[in-house]
Amino acid sequence: MFDMASPAESIDEVKARIELVSVDEARQEIEGGVRVLDVRELNEWDESHLEGAIHVPQGEVAGRIDELAPDRTERLLVHCRTDARSARIVDLLGEFGYEDAVAVEGGIVAWEGAGLPLVYAKGLTPEQRNRYSRHTLLAEVGVEGQVALLNAKVLLLGAGGLGSPTALYLAAAGVGTIGIVDDDVVDASNLQRQVIHTTDRVGMPKTASAKAAIEALNPDVSVIEHNMRLDASNILELIEPYDVIVDGADNFPTRYLLNDATVRLRKPVVSASILGFEGQISTFIPYEGPCYRCLYPTPPPPELAPSCGANGVLGVMAGLMGLLQANEVVKLAVGIGDTLSGRLLLYDSLGTTFTELKVRRDPDCPICGEDAPEISVEEMGKFPDYELFCGAPAREASPVA
Amino acid sequence: MPSATVKIPPVLRTQTGGEAQVPADGSTVGDVLGSLVEAHPDTRDQLFSEDGQLNRYVNVYLNDEDVRVLDGLETALDDGDTVVILPAMAGGR
Repeated sequence: MFDMASPAESIDEVKARIELVSVDEARQEIEGGVRVLDVRELNEWDESHLEGAIHVPQGEVAGRIDELAPDRTERLLVHCRTDARSARIVDLLGEFGYEDAVAVEGGIVAWEGAGLPLVYAKGLTPEQRNRYSRHTLLAEVGVEGQVALLNAKVLLLGAGGLGSPTALYLAAAGVGTIGIVDDDVVDASNLQRQVIHTTDRVGMPKTASAKAAIEALNPDVSVIEHNMRLDASNILELIEPYDVIVDGADNFPTRYLLNDATVRLRKPVVSASILGFEGQISTFIPYEGPCYRCLYPTPPPPELAPSCGANGVLGVMAGLMGLLQANEVVKLAVGIGDTLSGRLLLYDSLGTTFTELKVRRDPDCPICGEDAPEISVEEMGKFPDYELFCGAPAREASPVA
Repeated sequence: MPSATVKIPPVLRTQTGGEAQVPADGSTVGDVLGSLVEAHPDTRDQLFSEDGQLNRYVNVYLNDEDVRVLDGLETALDDGDTVVILPAMAGGR
């Protein structure tokens, strides 16, 4: 902070010795390229501000003005909510040697009253501004990015080893709608890695357990439970409302079914799988990058697909892979960074090594290739030997976890 | 003859005595996989079909590139290259 003008001095006395311009004059000057400083606090700025204005709260002006306006002969407009703070700042700038700093009479209240344009950063309540402040402080996210997260609808396939950490972090990040598909109940043997569930919720449906955890963490998130199995008859309707699908399914039939449906509806999929100490992850953005069938045109035979029975998995590794999925989702929702589209990332937790492989679109892909035929709904997810999976019982055909 | 490192996926490690990566000699990707099969015969059926082609469900990468967009099994390799064998994985639990 710095010493404002003597508190004994009234604002009228300060205004009497500085220059004030009307909002109409200010607008003309701004259009002519004159810069404008907004000296209000962050919460006021977030609500609305003049396009192109430079935000510097009054308490920071003294420390930052040299960097913001090194030329002391530059014409500067200064405004606040009305014109008390801006008048004192202009007075201070005069003391600093700024020759042509002026205050905008009536401030942003008069500006708005005159019907002049403002940039509104809608959507964040005061509580949300505080809760997500570490996001909004990131220039790449900001209020707009946080609003995008709050408006995002993300569907998680499975609330298991991958889906548990993904769901927790997406909820903390303020993803506004999280759908969870799972038809399993919490078992004590899940708790070594499925961190969204708790000992006292053993026996509860995983969707309900996950909902309880998410609601306790962040009341901004609306959780939609899909306590069901996915099949060709319900998948299109289920995924249609969502922006991003997170695939943590534990079997090949569901992964192929999801791929075929998401390519048809052009939904991005963040796909990961885990086994033992190792995981792999990629992001599939239909028609922009490869799809799951471009990467894996056919599933391996059952003896090479140990998804059918219980397998060991390092819980911490599952958590890492789930968080990498959450990381992809946040970037997709905010629209920043580079996704894993076209790349497959392998993680080996024993060696703590990452390996990155290129994945290309297959021009002959039966689903997203140039000449791929339109397939019927019933055909989605089908491939040779589909029934041979996991000993073939139809009941086992498409569980997700 | 160039020597490469072959990375073995978890599902194939029972066939390699638990080894996660094994050295193998050969001037092409096919030769290197041949050396692997010679040293660990149980891997043959899972890597190759009866006509000697790579099984379609097995992806093989030379360093970071799928050999199918290179010259397949004929792809030449240099000393110190890494060959990654990668069948699809589905686990999510």
